[in-house]
Amino acid sequence: MSKARSGGPQSHIPELAILCTLIAAPVLLPHLGFSVDMLTRVLNWGLFGLGFDILFGLAGLLSFGQAAFYGVGGFVTAYLLVSGALTSVWLALVAGTIAAGVFGLVVGWLAVRRIGIYFTMITLAFGQMAYFIENSPLSHYTGGENGIPGVPVPVLGLGGHAIRIGAGMPMYVLFAVIFFAAYVLARRIARSPVGAILLAIKENTARVAMLGHNVPAYKLTAFVIAALYAGLAGGLLGSFQSYMPPDAFSLETSGQLVVQTIVGGANTLIGPLVGAAVWLWLRDNLQLIPGLTTLWKLVLGIAFIVLVVGLRRGICGEIIHWWMERRTLGLRQAAEAVTEAIEAGGSATKTAASRNGDATLPLASPVTGDSAIALEACGLARHYGGLKAVDGVSFKVRCGSIHAVIGPNGAGKSTLFKMLLDEVSPTSGHVLLFGAHVTGHGVSRAAQFGIAKSNQLNQLFPNLTVRKNLRIAALARRRGPLRIDLLRAADSLPEVEAQIDAIVALLDLTARADTPAHILAYGEKRRLEIGMALATSPKVLLLDEPLAGMSPSERAATCALIRDIAQTCTIVIVEHDLDAIFGLAERITVLYEGRLLADGSADEIRGNQQVQDAYLGGLHAHEPA
Amino acid sequence: MPSWPALASQAFNGLALGSLLALVSSGLTIILGTLGVLNFAHGALFAVGAYAAFVLLQYTQSFLVAIVIGCGFMLVLGFLLERVIIRLFYDRPHEDQILVTYGVGIVLVECVRAIFGGNAQRVPTPSWGQGATQLGFLIYPTYRLQLIAIIAMLLAGLYLVLYRTSMGLVVRAGIENPRMVGILGINLRRTFLLVFAIGVVAVGLAGMLYAPVVAVTPDMGANFMAQSFVVIVLGGLGSFPGAVVGGLIAGEIVSLTSAFNSSYSEVMLYALMALLLVLRPQGLFGSEGRV
Repeated sequence: MSKARSGGPQSHIPELAILCTLIAAPVLLPHLGFSVDMLTRVLNWGLFGLGFDILFGLAGLLSFGQAAFYGVGGFVTAYLLVSGALTSVWLALVAGTIAAGVFGLVVGWLAVRRIGIYFTMITLAFGQMAYFIENSPLSHYTGGENGIPGVPVPVLGLGGHAIRIGAGMPMYVLFAVIFFAAYVLARRIARSPVGAILLAIKENTARVAMLGHNVPAYKLTAFVIAALYAGLAGGLLGSFQSYMPPDAFSLETSGQLVVQTIVGGANTLIGPLVGAAVWLWLRDNLQLIPGLTTLWKLVLGIAFIVLVVGLRRGICGEIIHWWMERRTLGLRQAAEAVTEAIEAGGSATKTAASRNGDATLPLASPVTGDSAIALEACGLARHYGGLKAVDGVSFKVRCGSIHAVIGPNGAGKSTLFKMLLDEVSPTSGHVLLFGAHVTGHGVSRAAQFGIAKSNQLNQLFPNLTVRKNLRIAALARRRGPLRIDLLRAADSLPEVEAQIDAIVALLDLTARADTPAHILAYGEKRRLEIGMALATSPKVLLLDEPLAGMSPSERAATCALIRDIAQTCTIVIVEHDLDAIFGLAERITVLYEGRLLADGSADEIRGNQQVQDAYLGGLHAHEPA
Repeated sequence: MPSWPALASQAFNGLALGSLLALVSSGLTIILGTLGVLNFAHGALFAVGAYAAFVLLQYTQSFLVAIVIGCGFMLVLGFLLERVIIRLFYDRPHEDQILVTYGVGIVLVECVRAIFGGNAQRVPTPSWGQGATQLGFLIYPTYRLQLIAIIAMLLAGLYLVLYRTSMGLVVRAGIENPRMVGILGINLRRTFLLVFAIGVVAVGLAGMLYAPVVAVTPDMGANFMAQSFVVIVLGGLGSFPGAVVGGLIAGEIVSLTSAFNSSYSEVMLYALMALLLVLRPQGLFGSEGRV
């Protein structure tokens, strides 16, 4: 079983460190030029940044419109209080946070459909739109360019015992308590299955979808979480300075958040806090030096460029990276040495023979009807303009068999394969899995129905360990396309961990379970690629050229692995190595120029004259020149 | 319902703003289309252009000479930026490209602020653009009419460069399929350098020409940049004709909306962009390809 499970006192060191820092900061830092008010402001930015770091650091979505949610939270809170609709600051904060979350849900619903530059621009556009809406059409409520003055401070307790949380130290304590709670929550989220999936989305979005996770919904979850954090921070800002400024909505606010996060370090959660400390310290202290009053932001801008060019992990990220490197350097060098030994052609297969042959997986496959036919392609066709890559191919795959699809280069095998799991939608025709329609639901649904595929080119999460790679796949089977279990630890599902252990053993990667995927040897990566498809406990496993690029001994080991897997699920395989195919497959479908040429048992195909001609290029000989 | 002369006057304002946006956006869009980099320093470069006009006019006393020297300055600045920073980022993720250009923008704006201070500067209208012109039913500032004409000529010049020169052919091919252009053995790096510099000159020129119309401040470019994002989304990322048409549409939307209700003019623009990104992300002229 795996060692480094979460839980235990060790894993709470970051929380303890934050707690100590928050207590020590107002005692120690004022000597370094941080006033208590400045520290409170830093905490407000840090709180705002916790959500942004989940969105950008974890999920990799760069938003330039976070000010919209900061502003909505702030102005809704401030308006409810100043207009007298609510008297409790706490309730108003809750209302403001929810309002920001709802706005985030709407904006996010539109934004997460687009990636890269489009995502950044759409968030920026909504940010600007919110700014101008605050400024003009809603100025009756928001005060337009004047903002909302006179926002009250929170009160703790009731009646005569009530304590007003005034400026200075009490306000710092309030912000510190809220920040700490928010940090603990954010860390839980980052370590939850949702956090693991978001990190995988940043590494390889397409593969996460192919494993059966609903990628847009997870992105939207991250977006709404970020909006909620922003809304709470915005609401607190008004109370802190007893004034809600309109520039909370401005593009500069979004930009400042992005810069602070990069300076402090993305995907560290505390990075934005550290970045805010740097930003505000520079602003307040360089302004005091004669001749430098206007230069603080220039200094900051240059530092920012240097960080993006050379130290992209930011202050905290580089420190954590350096620390982890030092701690794991020995392990990594050992792992790299193993890789070199394997690639030099040594021990790759020595343990293959000792496999126990039991391929039962702890996680059950999805329930499907009982039928002798597992998968049926009905008249599948895919045309690209005039090119008919696949043209009306039908065949049936018997339950429990190993079924091969072969054909010369350009026969349409890969396109056919992609249509089987709806990765490419067919021009016409459809696919039935145990009699149920698969086509038209998209690749994630197909995975949930029970079709998995290992790709011709490896599609791994290179910076995650073998175990974490497999976990992303196993979580898709256990949790379905979407579940928002933010408080559970990603590695706390016993069936998932048992599944991972079983597959790691099956793949003969037990010694490599905690090695990052990018360090693995080529043959190991190929096995992991198959293992990830297998970890979703598919009914039907599609293998696209599993033997490509392997040495003869690796081929033999992989063929043995495929036979093992075939005991639990139906396998469809595309492969150029015909010797291996005739050794493995019970039935073979032959494609030629996008059409079905032959379909039969291995022996029938071996004796088929047309197939021999196709492979030798003989068919062309009969065509008029 | 506003009166017809008021509407017509707003339509002219829209044309002036739109042509300006077209020039700013065409710089942004050819950089994006060719280099694949979304230049977040574009707004800062607009302000740099305006300040260049401010300084050069004081020394040369001639608007025309100032603009010619200013273009040379922007060209050198563009070369420098591409050589020193931008070219390090061609192989890095879009997010990093956005971040570094945003950082360049901060540094440029703060340099301007350090040299000239944060207060607004005034750039005088050139002597040949003083006063107003009688256009039948309305009187319109002469310089704004000239502005429209000058920008139309500049855009035509850019069109000739892009569609009638061999470099333009490479640029347009690079937008379609940068890998193929590389395979054909054309040195894209040199083209990248030129395209980036041309984009910088375009936005700098826009800043110089617009300087007499507005108050010149270090932050004047931010809103223009956001608006030019709308324009290139409207026209299709990387499309030069799209940037021109999109610019004019955006200008008219802002101006005509404000004829009815000025508080919604900017809101309308961004609402349109959001709607378009959802419904037709490839824009009016573009194809959703490399970005």
